[in-house]
Amino acid sequence: MARAIPLQRRLFMTILAWAAGLLIFFPVLWTVLTSFKTELEAFSTPPKLFFFDWTLENYSIVQERSNYLRFASNSIILSVGSTLIALAFGIPAAWAMAFQPGKRTKDLLMWMLSTKMMPPVGALIPLYLGFRDMGLLDTRGGLIAVLFLINLPIVVWMLYTYFKEIPVDILEAARMDGASLWKELVFVLAPMAVPGIASTMLLNVILAWNEAFWTLNLSTSEAAPLTVFIASYSSPEGLFWAKLSAASTMAIAPILVLGWFAQRQLVRGLTFGAVK
Amino acid sequence: MATHHAIRLGRLATAPSVLVLFMWMIVPLAMTVWFSLLRYNLLDAENAYFAGLDNYIYFVTDPAFSDAIKNTLLLVGTVLAVSVIFGIALALLLDQAILGRSIVRLLIITPFFVMPTVSALVWKNMMMHPVSGVIAYLFKILGLAPIDWFADAPRSAIAIMVSWQWLPFATLIFLTSVQSLDEEQKEAAEMDGASPFAYFFYIVLPHLARPITVVILIETIFLLNVFAEIYVTGSGGMAGNMPYLVYFQGLLNFDVGGASAGGIIAVILANIVAVFLMRMIGKTLES
Amino acid sequence: MGTIRLQSVTKRFDAVEVIPGVDLSIREGEFIVFVGPSGCGKSTILRLIAGLEDVSSGEIFIDEKPVAQEPASQRGLAMVFQSYALYPHMSVRGNIAFGLKMAGQPKELIEAKVAKAAETLNLTDYLDRKPRQLSGGQRQRVAIGRAIVREPKAFLFDEPLSNLDAALRVQMRLEIMQLHKTLKATMVYVTHDQVEAMTMADRIVVLNKGRIEQVGTPMELYDRPNSLFVAGFIGSPKMNLVSGPAAEQYGAATIGIRPEHIAIGEGAKAVTARIRIAEHLGSDTFIHLDTDELGALTVRAQGHVEAAPGTSLSVILDPARIHRFDAHGKVIVHA
Repeated sequence: MARAIPLQRRLFMTILAWAAGLLIFFPVLWTVLTSFKTELEAFSTPPKLFFFDWTLENYSIVQERSNYLRFASNSIILSVGSTLIALAFGIPAAWAMAFQPGKRTKDLLMWMLSTKMMPPVGALIPLYLGFRDMGLLDTRGGLIAVLFLINLPIVVWMLYTYFKEIPVDILEAARMDGASLWKELVFVLAPMAVPGIASTMLLNVILAWNEAFWTLNLSTSEAAPLTVFIASYSSPEGLFWAKLSAASTMAIAPILVLGWFAQRQLVRGLTFGAVK
Repeated sequence: MATHHAIRLGRLATAPSVLVLFMWMIVPLAMTVWFSLLRYNLLDAENAYFAGLDNYIYFVTDPAFSDAIKNTLLLVGTVLAVSVIFGIALALLLDQAILGRSIVRLLIITPFFVMPTVSALVWKNMMMHPVSGVIAYLFKILGLAPIDWFADAPRSAIAIMVSWQWLPFATLIFLTSVQSLDEEQKEAAEMDGASPFAYFFYIVLPHLARPITVVILIETIFLLNVFAEIYVTGSGGMAGNMPYLVYFQGLLNFDVGGASAGGIIAVILANIVAVFLMRMIGKTLES
Repeated sequence: MGTIRLQSVTKRFDAVEVIPGVDLSIREGEFIVFVGPSGCGKSTILRLIAGLEDVSSGEIFIDEKPVAQEPASQRGLAMVFQSYALYPHMSVRGNIAFGLKMAGQPKELIEAKVAKAAETLNLTDYLDRKPRQLSGGQRQRVAIGRAIVREPKAFLFDEPLSNLDAALRVQMRLEIMQLHKTLKATMVYVTHDQVEAMTMADRIVVLNKGRIEQVGTPMELYDRPNSLFVAGFIGSPKMNLVSGPAAEQYGAATIGIRPEHIAIGEGAKAVTARIRIAEHLGSDTFIHLDTDELGALTVRAQGHVEAAPGTSLSVILDPARIHRFDAHGKVIVHA
């Protein structure tokens, strides 16, 4: 099993891997560093990596000028809200499909996934017009509904694959122990399902946070999340790199931390258990 | 395997999800189909009338359409090639006995969590800017002429950016799969005198067949729908894909009929891919 | 109390009829074992009694009260699962107490009952551990403890020993038998292992393709199997079964004789055989023979017997111990 690996080889591989990792990470690192520079230093040639006058002014300016906190709170409300609703719909459905499978359960799961394959442009026009007529454009409620619907299939699938791993025997044992259905769910299933539900929630908050097609098309200011906030920096203010960097850092930082926690669940979740 | 009571309850528990998803799938699609058959412009909404397949004919013969199809397929193809080839290479590298593997893993997975609008702006302004971008600086050091990426090579620029976003996903999946490779298989191959190349082609690659299919199909679904990167960088004119064209036709040109026809074409395109994906996932559900 | 009665119980999954119709009465305090090959329906019948599956038709009585429409939680039975099915997030104490908690019993009473059960099962030192920290045998005991504290009308065991290694299996077998003696409770036990069935049961129910082949005490089944299936299933090594001309001499389609009813020796009716292989167990010797008239035979000889492969041997069948079966596999009763 364990054999000594030549030190040189190990060193070489380590350097190579770190070089690749840093190369891929560089745009993010660069953004974070630039966010602490003055606008002048942000443009300087040759670019300054670490040796510049660190400043926090970009962050305060960004908050002052474009009200970062409102967009951020919209992002939180939209991503968490839509995920919670998806869980409320998805948990009972996944429970039923995992523990009371019928002849059509498999077809049903497949069909749910197929709705995810539908390209959003196929629904953009009627949805935009419908939202306009119902006064839902640029409202949190409208966006939550859309994000809920686009993520529901993934939520059901992820929960289903997690529930599938809970042995039915244990639920039956509870039934034999005289537990009613409600008590069986609360005392036996719920404690065992919590980790799966938590990872499902985490991954879907991330997906909803970064969703940029519907949020860009259906919101402008009132309900707009961070995706739209950043897009507003696109042309005129794009010249202010340090501020753009500060805004970008603030937009991705929260989800980056969550993402690092969720990375192990990511593979399983997004491949619907096909790769574990 | 359950009692009648439980089966009834199960139906009840599934119904809400099925109902909302059914509505979500069928209502907008039906409306899109209907709109696609109308001559319907938002600026002249009162005078909408039935136009049969005119929109489709108009859309398909529009030169922007063939460009959009070409751009869509080019983007999907390039990013997939990058994801699979570099993803496998990185996964094999990370599978070696390297120091600080979990940190390198974090560094590599990071781009996947960056929202599309942020990566669009960061790449456009700070990495690929023709004067002060990091890439321009590197080109100058190497004695090359800097490229104005988004003016001269917008398709490549978009492809590089989107590859950067999706390579991490592929790497992580391949790494998970490579790490699940049986240690005894490695040893058996060694005992059989397999060279590293033979080991890769006869053991590793077949083992990766399934994750490769998964990566290709799942990324295709998302890559067919890339929108924010093109919209935010303002490169829709030259590098616009199908989603961008539909957005452009509908929400900028106010041509609801034409945009809807484009939407339906995009749906058909995606469904061809989806059929393969469903078959494959269906198989894993059985095993 | 603790009688169970099945009346024309059937079960079908979609179009497949797995239990075509079963009638059975289980007496109070009886240890009854369902035995049969995998897929014979033994576990399904147990789950029907438990209420984990609905009957398709027929009725189940527990203490003469019809329960077929009652949910599992209301039937007052306890079950020990093959996988133990312990609650992984609860301590041993929590696992054993769960049923009592569900029944809404007072805390002190639960404490006392859990303590007593733990003592009976040698689990006192492990009460605060989680199931994953226990060995297979200990887990099995927790599962049994969970069942006994509830003082159920009957215990149901679904292949409870099949996940244990051989030595532990023998030990747990004795423990369960001891438990039955102490509690004097009705127990229904499912296994595919005929040794477990023979050693533990008051009565054995042999199942084949969803039907009851025979019900009886272990010795009844051993001495008087009423079908070829039972004859072949009960007993180890298996009964020798011979068909063809040799069986026709006895007026049967097939005859059977157990290995211990063939003696080594000379005589008028002796059969000459060649030794193929011999298994020496010390207490017994199993000799596998080839004969011209009867085909392959297995003989059980007491103690150690020299039997070199390839040499010849002559054996005598005990005519009183020959079982005769007709073409349908039914026993032909001695005229």
